[in-house]
Amino acid sequence: MRGDKVLMVGNEAIGEAAIRAGCQLYFAYPITPQSELPQLLARRMPEEGRVFLQAESEVAAINMVYGAAGAGSRVMTSSSSPGISLKQEGISYIAGAELPCVIVNIVRGGPGLGGIQPAQSDYFQATKGGGHGDYRLIVLAPASVQEMVDLTALAFDLADKYRNPVMILGDGVLGQMMEPVEFGDIKPEIPSKPWATTGRKGRDRNVVNSLYLDPNKLEEHNWHLQAKYRKIEEEEIRFDTFNLDDAQLIIVAYGISARIARTAIEMARADGIAAGLLRPITLFPFPTGAIAQAAEKARAFLSLELSAGQMVEDVRLAVNGKRPVHFYGRTGGIIPTPQEVYGEIKKIAGEEVAK
Amino acid sequence: MKQEVIVAGFGGQGVLLLGQVLAYAGMVEGKEVSWLPSYGPEMRGGTANCTVVLSDTEIGSPVVSQPSCVIALNLPSMEKFEPMLKPGGLLIINSSLIEKKAERDDIEVVKVAATEIANELGSGRVANMVALGAFVQQTGAVDFATLEEALKEVLPQRRHDLIPLNLQAIQRGAVEAE
Repeated sequence: MRGDKVLMVGNEAIGEAAIRAGCQLYFAYPITPQSELPQLLARRMPEEGRVFLQAESEVAAINMVYGAAGAGSRVMTSSSSPGISLKQEGISYIAGAELPCVIVNIVRGGPGLGGIQPAQSDYFQATKGGGHGDYRLIVLAPASVQEMVDLTALAFDLADKYRNPVMILGDGVLGQMMEPVEFGDIKPEIPSKPWATTGRKGRDRNVVNSLYLDPNKLEEHNWHLQAKYRKIEEEEIRFDTFNLDDAQLIIVAYGISARIARTAIEMARADGIAAGLLRPITLFPFPTGAIAQAAEKARAFLSLELSAGQMVEDVRLAVNGKRPVHFYGRTGGIIPTPQEVYGEIKKIAGEEVAK
Repeated sequence: MKQEVIVAGFGGQGVLLLGQVLAYAGMVEGKEVSWLPSYGPEMRGGTANCTVVLSDTEIGSPVVSQPSCVIALNLPSMEKFEPMLKPGGLLIINSSLIEKKAERDDIEVVKVAATEIANELGSGRVANMVALGAFVQQTGAVDFATLEEALKEVLPQRRHDLIPLNLQAIQRGAVEAE
């Protein structure tokens, strides 16, 4: 049965989902490997009577997002690693001013200009703040083209719900690959935004700002933000599992790494090694509790990433010394093969059994 | 059933399109499918490849290091991907452009003069479809009937006049591979 499935590349799937989720404005500057997204929206946004604007730079684009979000519109920007670095000042302002928006990062290898092949080495930047000040983004990590659709719709809803920027953290593989997708009924739930700068019309003045010169007021604002992040941690954690229940070795992996891990786990299971997968879908909030719970039963963990080891720190915090936490990663745009990951699984399984 | 196929050739030989038609046909038949292109600074005349996975169950890695089939439309592609094939895997060679013999003896090799057949049919550009026909004949991965529907979806409307030629190429490839 085919249903309403279409074959789409991940970058385009995000664009089409954003339109269906009620995104009114999109500001961006092109960069590989996400340029199919602005390319699609350059055609589709005008068709829908909405705004597509190719800004003169990433810095300009994120400040346009700041303005449009302040005026209460659903708005999105996208880029890849070096471009996201350029946007950090604006992202910090948007987080400080508590404005909803969606930021897409289709990650490529770094640091610096790096390369154009897939990576996951922007995990720290995405989940720990990225710009200056004590703030957090909600970070969603799709692992399939279908999830790029589903999480884009969710991103807009969460941004509005918490008045917080939401980042979709993909990678070059997910952006470039085609898989069948269904759009189903994306019904945008756009709440009223009484704080937006929509023209005064007799009401009290609305101010969008992140400047608090009185330290007491700024501290109060910070505690307010922190309370919001704690609420997000209570209510919005999402993760997926595969063969987890009886797993002795648990691989923690997100995005494309989780797909590779899944195949490696199937190989391990075929050889009688009880491996399983815990796949964070939200990177902030991180599924700390689920990992801590899994550490009660499992013997060891392996964090698999396209980086030199970033998420592994959050896995270690979650496991809290109860079990050994191993790391395996490739960088610079190299993708580990399932065989390679299975080799790591065998090595760790051997070590842990030997103990 | 699981097919993990790497399609490779020069840029401009239609390897990405071949993969897309195959992936679309798999999707139409209700299979799980993924299509992953190589991307990089290559231009026309450089090398291009894509990986297509067709499966009855959820697809884990779309990145494949031991394909069940390699379709090589030129020599550099054969040299690069033949060593990766699973033992017992299928290597389809465009013998119009590849004179060299396959090195391994633990794989199945099917030679198809894809470029020559395409030229006979009137357009060298359908060599990719000749190779696709040979692949489908050998593996039964999808039905031939579904490929027509897939071509309609993958080719833009303004190219639909070329569908009969593409189907002819698929049929010739199938006959050659019998």
